[in-house]
Amino acid sequence: MIVRISGEGQYRLDDGDCDRVTELEKNVISIVEGGSKDGFADAFRELLDYVRSKGTPLGDDELDSSDVILPPSDISFAEAGMEFTGEGLIPD
Amino acid sequence: MAGLTGRMSTVVKAKVSKLLDRAEDPAETLDYSYQKQVEQLQNVKKGIADVVTAKKRLQMQESSLQQSVVKLDTQARQALSAGQEDLAKTALERKNVAQTELQGLDTQVSELEDQQQKLTDSEQKLRAKIEAFRTKKEVIKAQYSAAEAQVRISEAATGVGEQMADVGLAMQRAVDKTENMKARADAVSELEAAGTFEDVGQLGSGEDDIDRQLKQLSSTPAVESDLAKMKAELAQGDAAPAPQIAPATPEGGEAAAAPEAQQPSGNGSQG
Repeated sequence: MIVRISGEGQYRLDDGDCDRVTELEKNVISIVEGGSKDGFADAFRELLDYVRSKGTPLGDDELDSSDVILPPSDISFAEAGMEFTGEGLIPD
Repeated sequence: MAGLTGRMSTVVKAKVSKLLDRAEDPAETLDYSYQKQVEQLQNVKKGIADVVTAKKRLQMQESSLQQSVVKLDTQARQALSAGQEDLAKTALERKNVAQTELQGLDTQVSELEDQQQKLTDSEQKLRAKIEAFRTKKEVIKAQYSAAEAQVRISEAATGVGEQMADVGLAMQRAVDKTENMKARADAVSELEAAGTFEDVGQLGSGEDDIDRQLKQLSSTPAVESDLAKMKAELAQGDAAPAPQIAPATPEGGEAAAAPEAQQPSGNGSQG
């Protein structure tokens, strides 16, 4: 599985690590949906750190597209919220 | 995967396939995609240059705010020595707002510098991917049948498209940030411009919108302590050339009572 962290780069992860990524991601989502900022930064950092530590960075000249694209590491709670409610991060 | 991540990948893929639908012939599609990529790389470079320009403008605004702080401080001093405490207080309130804003600007400018660095890195990645695409398109043209080529083109182009979208996103965030900061700095400059007075008496006592906003924004304890300090300093300054004045300064009593030598703190006097 290839995961991109926006603004940072792509990582190739073993299929065995995907479940944990999903789990960590669900955790972030439920915090954002809960509407309270508490724990957001930590949960999101945990997700990114997992990807960074388990993944191998893709070479700059590799043209594979990602299976998962994660928001940039400096995303704010408000931006994360918008990502759910429709005004996503990628402008048209 | 849904939620946080699904939407972004979907948007990227949709954009890339829209681009690829333009031409039917694989060779043509390849050349067209490559040409588009090179064009977009130019736009990215221009975009980064714009971010740098915007950052420089903010830094200039920062230094003009710094000058305002000095100016307002001087004006507060003038007003106070002319016995107009209300005016002095207004000037100090404005100074306080400008100072607070300056601190914020400072943090944001350094955040912007980080973003700029990331943007430059992403641009280099994009350049490398476009270069890889250029090589790959010749291989695809030479080796694959039309049907097979279509699939491989799509894969390769999506890879480049994703990087492109990523740089685009980073750029958009940097631009939003500079605009947001600029708007704030402009607002403070306006407050400051409205608040500077050539002639100390000019400001009058009528509270306008600006003053009401200022009162909300500025921190009262900070303003009060500035005012007290200024009074003490003035009392001291006045005491030397004309020792007969400055009788009633409640907070600065100490300083007024000791016109020579023993200054409480701060002003480093050589004695």
